[in-house]
Amino acid sequence: MNWNLISAELRAQVLELSHQAKAAHLASALSCIDILAVLYESILAFDPKNPDWPDRDRFILSKGHAAAGLYAVLARKGVLRPSQLATYGKANSLLEEHPSPNLPGVEAATGSLGHGLPIANGMALASRIQKKSFRVYALLSDGECNEGSVWEAAMFAARHKLSNLCAIVDFNKWQATGRSQEVLALDPLADKWRAFGWAVEEIDGHDHDQLSTQLSRKCEGLPRVYIAHTVKGKGISFMEDDNNWHYRVPTRDEINMAREELGLE
Amino acid sequence: MRNAFARSVSDLADDHSAIILLAGDIGNRLFDGYKEHHPDRFYNCGVAEAGMIGIAGGLAASGLHPITYTITPFNTMRCLEQIRLDICYPNYPAIIVGTGAGLSYAGLGATHHSMEDIGLMRMLPNMHVVCPGDATEVELAVRAAVELERPVYIRLGKKGEPQVHSQPPEFKIGKGVVLENGTDVALLGVGNMLSVANEVSAGLKQAGISTSLVSLHTIKPLDDDLLAQLFFDCNKVVVIEEHGLAGGAGSAILEWANAKGVDASKVVCFGAKDAFLTACGNQQEARCLLNLNAESIICNLQEHF
Repeated sequence: MNWNLISAELRAQVLELSHQAKAAHLASALSCIDILAVLYESILAFDPKNPDWPDRDRFILSKGHAAAGLYAVLARKGVLRPSQLATYGKANSLLEEHPSPNLPGVEAATGSLGHGLPIANGMALASRIQKKSFRVYALLSDGECNEGSVWEAAMFAARHKLSNLCAIVDFNKWQATGRSQEVLALDPLADKWRAFGWAVEEIDGHDHDQLSTQLSRKCEGLPRVYIAHTVKGKGISFMEDDNNWHYRVPTRDEINMAREELGLE
Repeated sequence: MRNAFARSVSDLADDHSAIILLAGDIGNRLFDGYKEHHPDRFYNCGVAEAGMIGIAGGLAASGLHPITYTITPFNTMRCLEQIRLDICYPNYPAIIVGTGAGLSYAGLGATHHSMEDIGLMRMLPNMHVVCPGDATEVELAVRAAVELERPVYIRLGKKGEPQVHSQPPEFKIGKGVVLENGTDVALLGVGNMLSVANEVSAGLKQAGISTSLVSLHTIKPLDDDLLAQLFFDCNKVVVIEEHGLAGGAGSAILEWANAKGVDASKVVCFGAKDAFLTACGNQQEARCLLNLNAESIICNLQEHF
């Protein structure tokens, strides 16, 4: 698997989507693109031609503002057609700037933060009640961990030992208006999850091999959370760790520079 | 009403294997019967209502039929956005059951009063709002809600509400139950005020006023045909509810009358004014403070004739 090329192409796609739709949250999508790539290429069981396959693994992009990243990977896997992807942000398109449950391939309406993990709890519980083997993955942002409902869900999952549930925190150390540690005292994030009764792994959220190895691990008796250390705006030097790109939209010139850095020109 | 709900959900779960009951750290003994028969289909979600509704959304997304149960304000406004996005937006089969309608918990203070829930729930697209009028209607409402397979809010009283129906009426979500037919006044009793509306009807009849009495158990969707008939037949359409006047059933009827172009000046609303109620005593005392007891309503209505 040529992970670098896959991620580079996904990043370029996200840049293009942001530019065409004049849509914000580009840097938030770039920080989790490697996680999305690994999940959809080598972890999740799903059928691109039948997105509602009842036994599919569920993936919830709880940080719904990174929707462009999800659309890029869904298009790459053939869940979305290229012509659908081109409608992103346009009138009459289900590809909105936050995921709609009406779009095949999207499991939940996210964008208001703190919804994904409780819903993932329900899905993981349903898998157990129905004696199925599908697993449930939820990708959260670090800023999202401000929400109390995340910790309500964390306690429920621990109480019921939802070992078929896996959370991933895209820990890029930023939220909309500042460092996530400064907005609210987020650290020590891994210890917080540990204290809530979860199995915790800290990983490099841009290391594809590490992601592949770790995310494919079966959990034993506990829900597992991966604290994925990431860089906001990853992959584009002039966007990396610069929170202006939470809202900024790239110009055509900036896209051209970025593509060059990504090795696509 | 609480006991009727517990009995009803237990019976229904026998035939509907998709039913999953979620409770917010409440009903410790209430659901013993249910838990005995369906131990793997009951989850205490703790004092975590937002999390509970999200769980309901995830269960419903996976083909199950969750029912959430806790005290009304905690199961509606506390987790309003979860109901909006995790249940209503995807239009899932999930039932939100609030216990303690209106002033059922008057003495517990304004924290436990529920005078805004009908308004909040009926504002949500895809949501159905059902307020059963007595224990018989509770059982029918829960069955109808399960069979509807859509988002439904059921507003329960507490316990000990007077029984109004001597026989189970025909019950359909979106269709009012007519108990009496008259020509002067149509009395629409909402949920736990049905018995008060019943008393009002008796009092008005003694005064020579002809009344229709309706259990308006569904506030959303409203019963178009029945309302059209009542506005045609009667001089006054009176809505009696234990809820704020803002956004409640009376407000919904006024919106309906305006939209249909019928005479909205026929509508008389009995509910609570725009204020928190404090130091109000028990439910009956609180109703008296708000002039929501039968005697006050009868006096008020007689002034119209």
